Amino acid sequence: MSDNRKDIEKKEARLEHGVERTRDRRVYSPAVDIVERNDDILLTADVPGVDEKSIDITLEKNLLTLYGTIEADIPDALKLGHAEYGIGDYHRTFTLSDEVDRDRISASVKNGVLKLVLPKSERMKTRRIDVAGEA
Amino acid sequence: MLLRELESIGSFLDPWKDFERMNRSFFRNSLSRSREFPLVNVWKDVNSATLTTEIPGLDKADIEITVVGKNITLRGERTPEELSEGESYHRKERWYGKLSRTIEMPFVIDADKVSAQFKRGILNVHVERAEADKPRKISIISE
Repeated sequence: MSDNRKDIEKKEARLEHGVERTRDRRVYSPAVDIVERNDDILLTADVPGVDEKSIDITLEKNLLTLYGTIEADIPDALKLGHAEYGIGDYHRTFTLSDEVDRDRISASVKNGVLKLVLPKSERMKTRRIDVAGEA
Repeated sequence: MLLRELESIGSFLDPWKDFERMNRSFFRNSLSRSREFPLVNVWKDVNSATLTTEIPGLDKADIEITVVGKNITLRGERTPEELSEGESYHRKERWYGKLSRTIEMPFVIDADKVSAQFKRGILNVHVERAEADKPRKISIISE
């Protein structure tokens, strides 16, 4: 585990200058891993508190936006005594390049982790070029 | 300081409001600092407490919870996906590795009444105060 405190704290999502939020909620930027595979790109994001019904993924032009709304399970009768992490929604935007086949993007959420598979379009698939040896 | 403030005013507010108050208070950095992982929130009253932590990507079976005296210990591990040949990380921001954390409760825990729930990547552990640890009122017998 990293010793760096910044790594274990949730990052708040940045807002563009002059833009304000319309909801009175904290919004965090989820940590993501992006793995390039042979036929697709796999994007994995930590979104604890979000399930398949509360995540909204939109693609407009080349902007892929993730928005996760949390349903916080806050104990009714108890009072907050000690808090180390904040609770809020998740928001993050990615720019897609032409290499992604937009019609076949698929997503799943399990145990608070979003997996998004961005298939590469046919012409961009990694091709292995055989190098012919000299005869 | 903030905690005390919450304790006194929070009683007639709902807990979500508590959280929002804390989130929006003038103390922008009002969250307790911890170098330990995972980060936890504790909700409590005199005889019970609920601890929550965000550990997405773990499976229910990967989480170990033990209770001794006043302490709750959480253990687990998240392993990165193995990459096969030709695959590479463009970004790697998520945490991996073993986690272990011990949190002290303000009372001795009744080990038989611990319940835990893991939903949407959030672990929720509820503990109750042991009978023997509860304050007892002693009646005075007059002669």
